[in-house]
Amino acid sequence: MERRITFRQAINEALTQEMERDKRVVIMGEDVVGGSGTDGAMDAWGGVLGVTKGLWGKFGDRIMDTPITESAFVGAAIGAATAGLRPVVELMFVDFMGVCFDQIFNQAAKFRYMFGGKAVTPVVVRTMFGAGFRAAAQHSQCLYPIFTHIPGLKCVVPSSPYDAKGLLIQSIRDDDPVMFFEHKLLYSMEGEVPEEPYTLQLGEANVMREGDDVTIVSLGRMVHTAAEAAAALSSEGIDCEVIDLRTTSPLDEDSILESVERTGRLVVVDEASPRCNIATDISAAVAQKRFACLKAPIQMVTPPHTPVPFSDALEDLYIPNASRIASAVRDVVRYKA
Amino acid sequence: MHLGKTDLLKAYRTMRLIREFEERVHVEFATGEIPGFVHLYAGEEAIAVGLCIHLDDRDWITSTHRGHGHCLAKGCDVHAMMAEIYGKASGLCGGKGGSMHIADLDKGMLGANGIVGGGPPLACGAGLAAKRLGKNGVAVAFVGDGGANQGSTLESLNLASIWRLPCIFVIENNGYAEATSCKYAGACQDFADRANGFNMPGIVVDGHDFFAVYEAAGEAVRRAREGAGPTLMECKVNRYFGHFEGDAQTYRAPDEVKKLRDTRDCIRGFARKVTSGGLVTADELAQIDQEVVRLIDDSVVQAKAASKPEAAELLTDVYVTY
Repeated sequence: MERRITFRQAINEALTQEMERDKRVVIMGEDVVGGSGTDGAMDAWGGVLGVTKGLWGKFGDRIMDTPITESAFVGAAIGAATAGLRPVVELMFVDFMGVCFDQIFNQAAKFRYMFGGKAVTPVVVRTMFGAGFRAAAQHSQCLYPIFTHIPGLKCVVPSSPYDAKGLLIQSIRDDDPVMFFEHKLLYSMEGEVPEEPYTLQLGEANVMREGDDVTIVSLGRMVHTAAEAAAALSSEGIDCEVIDLRTTSPLDEDSILESVERTGRLVVVDEASPRCNIATDISAAVAQKRFACLKAPIQMVTPPHTPVPFSDALEDLYIPNASRIASAVRDVVRYKA
Repeated sequence: MHLGKTDLLKAYRTMRLIREFEERVHVEFATGEIPGFVHLYAGEEAIAVGLCIHLDDRDWITSTHRGHGHCLAKGCDVHAMMAEIYGKASGLCGGKGGSMHIADLDKGMLGANGIVGGGPPLACGAGLAAKRLGKNGVAVAFVGDGGANQGSTLESLNLASIWRLPCIFVIENNGYAEATSCKYAGACQDFADRANGFNMPGIVVDGHDFFAVYEAAGEAVRRAREGAGPTLMECKVNRYFGHFEGDAQTYRAPDEVKKLRDTRDCIRGFARKVTSGGLVTADELAQIDQEVVRLIDDSVVQAKAASKPEAAELLTDVYVTY
C-alpha cells in the first residue's frame, strides 16, 4: 500500500519539494513561520493551522512572516512574481479578500492582458475556505465563484491529499496567477500520496465514481458529501456518476457534457452561496449546450442565500448534506414531464 | 553621481519630451480622436526625470493614472506610447491597455495604474525580487497625494521598512486629489512626516526643481542599493492640466495655472540654471526643443495612421496557458 499522509502534509510536501527544486519559490503570509521578532521560538506556528510548519528550518528567509496587512503583502507577492520570483502567498482565510482584492483582481489578473501579453505573473495565493468549523460569517465563506468570475485568474479547489499535492505543484509551476482554495475541514483528511513530486493538470476534472443514471458535479469538500450520497443511492438502485471539478478556472466542461450525454440528468453540489456560483455556472452551460439530452430539470444543491451562521444547530442546516443531495438525485430520477 | 553636460542635456531632453508629449495629447484629445480617460503630467516633469535619471534596466518603477511622464523617464518608446494612447495595434500594449496601463517590463516599467494606491504593494514586491535575485536593483513607487492616503500605500511603507526593502516612495503632491485639496484630505502637514512613523527618512522636496529632486533621489537610491532600506520623498508640485482631460477645473483659482507656468515652471527653471552656469548654451537647448517637437509630431502622425488591433486580439493574452 502506498504511503498515507494528511491533506495538510501533502501541501507542506508540495511546498517543500518546489522550494528545493526552484530557488525563486518564496513563501509569505501571516504567521507562516510564526514567532518572528518574539522572545520565543521561531516556527512557533508554521501557519495558523500548521500547514507550513518546518519550512523555516529548511529554507530560512525564503519563508517570511508578514504584518497583518494583506493589501501590502499579497500585492508584494504579485509584484515580486512579475519581477522574477515565484511566490506562494498565504491569505489566511479567503474572507480576508475584502482587504486585498484590488491587488488580485485589478493587478495580478489583468497585467498580462493590459500589458499586451508581455507580463508573466506566476503567483499562487493559497487560501483557506469553507464552513463547518463553527467559525461564523467572516471565516467560513467559499468565495471561489468571485475569483472564477475574473478573467486572468486560475482557480483550484482540491478535494484530497493526492489532488492537493499534484495540483499545488502544478500551480507553482504555472505561469499565470493561481488562487488555491483549501477547505479547512480537509486538512486532517488522510489519503495515499506518492512521495515523489508529480503534477495534475489544471482544467482536468476527476471522475470519482462512474454511473449511468445521474451526473453529480461537485468540488472541494462537497465531493465527499456527494460520494456519500451516491453510495447510499446505489442501494436504491440509482447509479450516480460523481465528477470532482478540481479546478473552476479553467473548467473541464467537456467531462461534464460527456457525462450528461450519457445520464441525461444533472445535480450540481456547491458549498458556495447560491447566486452566481459554480452550480449556476455549470447548470447554465449544460442547459445551453446539452438541452436535448436532459430528461429532467437540473437540480442545484447549495446553502441558502444567507451568511454562514455560528451556532452548530444552524450551521449544520446551512451546509449541504448527503441527505439533501440524495433527495435532489431522487427528484431528477423520478421526474415526469 | 555628478551631473556632466551629457546628463544635463539628457535631463532637459526628457523633460521637454514629456512636456511636448502631454501638451500635444491635450490638443489632440480635444479633437475627439483619442478615446477613454487621459491624465496629463505636464508641470511635474522634474520629478520623474530627477528620479529616473538614477535608474537603469535592473530597477523597477510603478506608476499612477498620471503615468506618461514616468513611462518616458524610464525609457518607454515614444512612438509605441503614443500609439497605445490612440488604441492602436502598434501600441506598447498592443492597444489593450491605453493611457492608464502603459507598461514595459523590459525597461523595468511595471505599469501605470488605474487604481489609486495600486502601485506601492507591487513596488514592495519588485524590491523584494531585486533584493533576492541579487542584482542590486531598486524599486520606486510613484504615488499622488490622493494615493498617499490609501491604506495600501501606508501598509507598503510599513512592509518596506520592516523588510528593509530597496524601495523609494515618491509622493507627487500636486495639491489636488481629483478635485479635493490635499490639505482637506490629508491629516498631516507634510506627507513626508509620516515617514517617522515607519522608521524611514522622509524628505520634502521642491518638485519644480530638477536639481533638488535629483539630489534627494540620489541619496534615496544610494541608501536602497546599499541595503539601508526605503525612503519617503514628498515632492511638492503642481499640475498644469485638470485631473483628467475635459476637467473644467472650476475648483482652481482662475489664474492659478497661468501664474504657475510663469513663475514655477521646472523646465524654464532648469534652462535658466544650466545656461547661466555656462555649461550648456541656449542654442543647444533650442536644438533639443526642435528635435522633440519633430519627434512628437511624427509619433502623432504615425499613431493616427496605425492600424487598430485585429478582432482576434480580443481573446489573446488573458493567460500564458489555459
